[in-house]
Amino acid sequence: MYVMIREVENSLHKLKYIKEEGRKTAIEAIKEIGKPAADPSARVDRYLEYFTIGPQSMDPAGIVNKLDHILDVRDQRLKDEVKLMAPACDEVQINNLENTLEAAMALNFIYKVVRHYYIQGKKTLSLYVIMQLQMILPMVMKEAEAYSSALKAFAYGQPIGDGVGPLIAAKLMHGYEIRKVPKDCVVATVPFEGRTLLVLKAEGPGGNVGKPGDAVETVIEENQGKIANVIMIDAGLKLEGEKVGEVAEGIGAAIGGPGVDQYKIEEKLTKYKIQINAVIIKEDIGDAVSPMRKEINDAVDPAIERVKSVILERTKQGDTVIVVGVGNSIGVGQ
Amino acid sequence: MATKNESQSSAQSKKISNYITMIVLIVLALSIAALILAIGNYTTGLSETGATQAGSFLSAGVFAVIGLIALVMSVFTLYQSRRQTAEMKIEIPKVMTTIQCTSKNCDSKTIREFQRGDFVFKELDIPCQKCSGRQMVTAIYKEVKEKEKTYNV
Repeated sequence: MYVMIREVENSLHKLKYIKEEGRKTAIEAIKEIGKPAADPSARVDRYLEYFTIGPQSMDPAGIVNKLDHILDVRDQRLKDEVKLMAPACDEVQINNLENTLEAAMALNFIYKVVRHYYIQGKKTLSLYVIMQLQMILPMVMKEAEAYSSALKAFAYGQPIGDGVGPLIAAKLMHGYEIRKVPKDCVVATVPFEGRTLLVLKAEGPGGNVGKPGDAVETVIEENQGKIANVIMIDAGLKLEGEKVGEVAEGIGAAIGGPGVDQYKIEEKLTKYKIQINAVIIKEDIGDAVSPMRKEINDAVDPAIERVKSVILERTKQGDTVIVVGVGNSIGVGQ
Repeated sequence: MATKNESQSSAQSKKISNYITMIVLIVLALSIAALILAIGNYTTGLSETGATQAGSFLSAGVFAVIGLIALVMSVFTLYQSRRQTAEMKIEIPKVMTTIQCTSKNCDSKTIREFQRGDFVFKELDIPCQKCSGRQMVTAIYKEVKEKEKTYNV
């Protein structure tokens, strides 16, 4: 038990260090970019403690819309808070700072939860509490280290591993006319081998995931449901032993997050009986939130080829196809 | 308030860690002194006979054991604390930006370190050195140097 406690203690010290570094990075970024009149430290500390209460699920009917509303309110609240902290920022910088603060918030939360179970285990002298904590610590530390490297990426506006979907979409739509679609997304009409591709992504280069669910809904409705296929491109979690940047293909809505966007997309697809295909680029959680690895960047062209072959195999000339690049558009323009 | 408390507690823990290092260094010095005494007693015992010699050898043995245990413990503690400090450092990998010329006939490609404000598909003001065409950021990535362990399964 002593060995386990020592191990947890060491990790907790490291987590505390990472958390404090995260806070420091966020404050420095706000001071540097936002040029606030007063010291933002107190406001940042308040921000790091923000929480979100999910909707009641005793009667699950309509819970998706409730969750969607709560997430919208949260997003707006956090954005407003960043605007107050950093008044000199433009929209792109506000998005980047919001992402930086969210990474710092995640680190703060991880530290507090690990500390909670450590103290509880010591207080109750429970071997099982300490044992459980010690068993999951390697995964927790990996996630904390990933968030730690994400902080710098967000503060500087560097593309992250999760941005591979938008990067592929951006490569497909580059050079074509772009228009905005709700919420925080852009779409371009791209001709390809007699088909019309409607390529969608979150608006960049600020840190933004947009709401692809709303964007796909809008585009499908604009076309009165006459869509032959929807192809979603996203970063997918790899299993140990798999290579970073491996491209895989499958069926279904490839989108993470709380599930609201996936629900909306699936609803529309079912209504109009539209086919759905997915292409994923494999990476682990650390790669997803830290600056994009070369292997992931190199996987962009093979992934585009795979998307094109899916389009050629699964659609015919004259069809309209939606291609969605899912993920955070930080550091990726269009 | 939270920040003040946190900075106070971190200063306090730093103070404690300094005390511990001091204590470990003192123990280290004492262990070396004990080992020197052990050697001294042993050499004195060599020139003595009978009960005096046995007494000297015994005290040399006791000092040697105490000295060795203290030496091992203090060196281990120092090594552990150094390792912990090394583990605390988070390496930030270099992020590179690839710039390419947009002219169809030009294959100019430059790779430089990432600068704040770079993003993929950003058009740069600096013209291409080869053909004076427009330049664009085409990729931003980090190179991971560490080699992943491979398992033959």
